[in-house]
Amino acid sequence: MADGSATVAFRGNRVGAVATATERPAPTRILAPDGTVPDGSRPPLPVDELLAAFRLMLLSRRVDERASNLQRQGRLGTFSPVHGQEASVVGSARALDPVRDWVVPQYRELPAMLRHGYTLERFFLYFKGNPEGNRMPDGVKLLPYQISLATQLPHAVGLAWGLRHQGLDGVVCVYFGDGGSSEGDFHEACNLAGLRRAPVIFLLQNNGWAISTPVRKQTAAPSLASRAAGYGFPGELVDGDDFFAVYDATSRAVARARAGEGPTLIEARTYRMGPHNTADDPTRYVDPAELEVHRALDPLTRLRAFLEDSGVLQAEVEERMRTEIEQEVAGALAAAEAHPGPHPAQIFDHVYGEEPARLAAQRRALEDGL
Amino acid sequence: MPVLNMVEAIRATLAAEMTRDERIILLGQDIGRNGGMFRATEGLQQRFGEDRVVDMPLAEGVIVGSAVGLACSGLRPVPEIQFLGFASQAFHQLEGQVARMRFRSQGRFPIPVVIRAPFGGNVRTPEMHSDAHEAKYANSPGLKVVMPASARDAKGLLTEAIRGEDPVLFCEPLRGYRLIKDEVPEDDYATQFGRLRTVREGSDVTLVAWSAAVVVAEQAAELGAAEGISCQVVDLRTLVSLDAGGLGEAVARTGRAVVIHEAPLTAGFGAEVVATIVEEAFWSLTAPIARVAAPDTPYPISSLEALYVPSAERALRTIRRVMQAG
Ligand SMILES: Cc1ncc(C[n+]2csc(CCOP(=O)(O)OP(=O)(O)O)c2C)c(N)n1
Repeated sequence: MADGSATVAFRGNRVGAVATATERPAPTRILAPDGTVPDGSRPPLPVDELLAAFRLMLLSRRVDERASNLQRQGRLGTFSPVHGQEASVVGSARALDPVRDWVVPQYRELPAMLRHGYTLERFFLYFKGNPEGNRMPDGVKLLPYQISLATQLPHAVGLAWGLRHQGLDGVVCVYFGDGGSSEGDFHEACNLAGLRRAPVIFLLQNNGWAISTPVRKQTAAPSLASRAAGYGFPGELVDGDDFFAVYDATSRAVARARAGEGPTLIEARTYRMGPHNTADDPTRYVDPAELEVHRALDPLTRLRAFLEDSGVLQAEVEERMRTEIEQEVAGALAAAEAHPGPHPAQIFDHVYGEEPARLAAQRRALEDGL
Repeated sequence: MPVLNMVEAIRATLAAEMTRDERIILLGQDIGRNGGMFRATEGLQQRFGEDRVVDMPLAEGVIVGSAVGLACSGLRPVPEIQFLGFASQAFHQLEGQVARMRFRSQGRFPIPVVIRAPFGGNVRTPEMHSDAHEAKYANSPGLKVVMPASARDAKGLLTEAIRGEDPVLFCEPLRGYRLIKDEVPEDDYATQFGRLRTVREGSDVTLVAWSAAVVVAEQAAELGAAEGISCQVVDLRTLVSLDAGGLGEAVARTGRAVVIHEAPLTAGFGAEVVATIVEEAFWSLTAPIARVAAPDTPYPISSLEALYVPSAERALRTIRRVMQAG
């Protein structure tokens, strides 16, 4: 038995049961780390779609680099890079239909938000501390960033239930982490979603860490996906660094939800390659050897190898993408930096629809003082 | 004009609003067949169906949290929390999410959600069912806090809350559900927030209260009248929005003020009321302002609660003291 400590607490035949319960099941995988598809079957995606997904992953990686540098220069506030989780975010997001489906984000899913209609300019504004950055463009089916962990899960369930109540066929995909899965909101949200057969996908990105807390200190459960059984709906564990596996699992979850069959929990097992955020120093707690293991599983490298081997992607095509992305990022950053910034009295805007007299007086006092 | 008790007024208002607006749905524990712990939703599930009067699992966080999502989808949920004290199990959703979603989304997602919650003591409920937690919510910007003290206001304020665009915590006095009875107009009306109500005219001292404490204030005023003290009684009705101007004017008319509430003294909403009176009516004051509140202890088990919840007699002692002071 690998985990000797388990024998301390239990005696007799219980030891065997504990040993089984601590085995980590293997996630479903379609795309091998070397970019091959061992069993030959993968989701049938058109070339355009494959290239669009790859481009979005590339863009995400580039924004991470740019934003981290800008933060160091003091031009951007604290932000959390996606690095390492691109397949899990992009693979799930691209299985949704932005016209009718909703994304309920946490804070580490920029490419999913962009795919749904959020803009890079707003991303830069948000992380510059401008409230405009959290205003999702009209008509775009996205809730604001969520910072209070797991609170977005009940929102997603209510949203999904509300769509169904109104006869709409939209599906809600809500993102959260292994850390957030320990919150009570996770339990309450899953339980209600099962009861109401809400068209919601719980997209749990298990990236190994909640800041410095490893998953093994988060839960004794060997798999987070298996928790779904307790709520009466399916849970699926997939390789989160495998674009196809995530896309495939999400597509099936979307189809189920749309057909009125209710929620799905998807645990995308991935790895956070960067710091928790730009204020974090992971060298204090991440074992460099573990990082190297995961570097070899890189989701972007993996998809690139597949696309190159299949003749879909050539070096010139990627080069062109990189040039475009460079311009896109530069343009968005320039626009965000040219933004005049919020007016101080903007802190009073949108607190209420109908402003209490006392707040109106506070607004006037601030304006008079300016 | 029909005389209704408070729970009847609330039930009739919910039914009328649900008839008027299909987007309204009720959520809560035991609100369907059972009609709610206090029968506020009696008969509504039969009338509007299980999709609009929804029995929820025992989980306050998701009752409130799912209401946020339902509102984002375009509906107007009216969740019920069985007892205000248990709204603490949803405090992170109420204070952190319901109250701020409009602000955080820069107006993209208004949250027209009305959370109904009975509260208050002296009804011999089991432990932890009686807390008057209104101040915590009044200190949560983005929420409005509404506390009717009459059946007529329960209808008008609930109508206003449901038709408005802002999230409202609508606190209903347990003790008043059946004891508070008054004439409720049959016509359609909404009572604007931020306008206090003068319950009783008086010239010596102004008693300020809300919800069930208004009844205590009225009883104290009666006792005072027997001793020749003329008490004015005002009902704040809504803590957010607070009628600061009306409060100042009321106190200026008598020069003395006593604030009565069920919550513990320290950091109770009475502190806010006293500060507001000082700001608005300092030069009219002829005596120090006094507060009649619960002591700074947790709410006790039932045999001790009569001592804990402010009574008319306790209020009268304070009124006498204030009269002697100035
Ligand atoms: C309710 C709550 N508690 C604590 C925090 C502070 N915090 C921010 S991120 C984080 C770890 C989150 O880990 P996880 O849910 O796995 O998501 P990840 O950051 O790994 O994507 C913590 C503890 C918070 N934002 N919200």
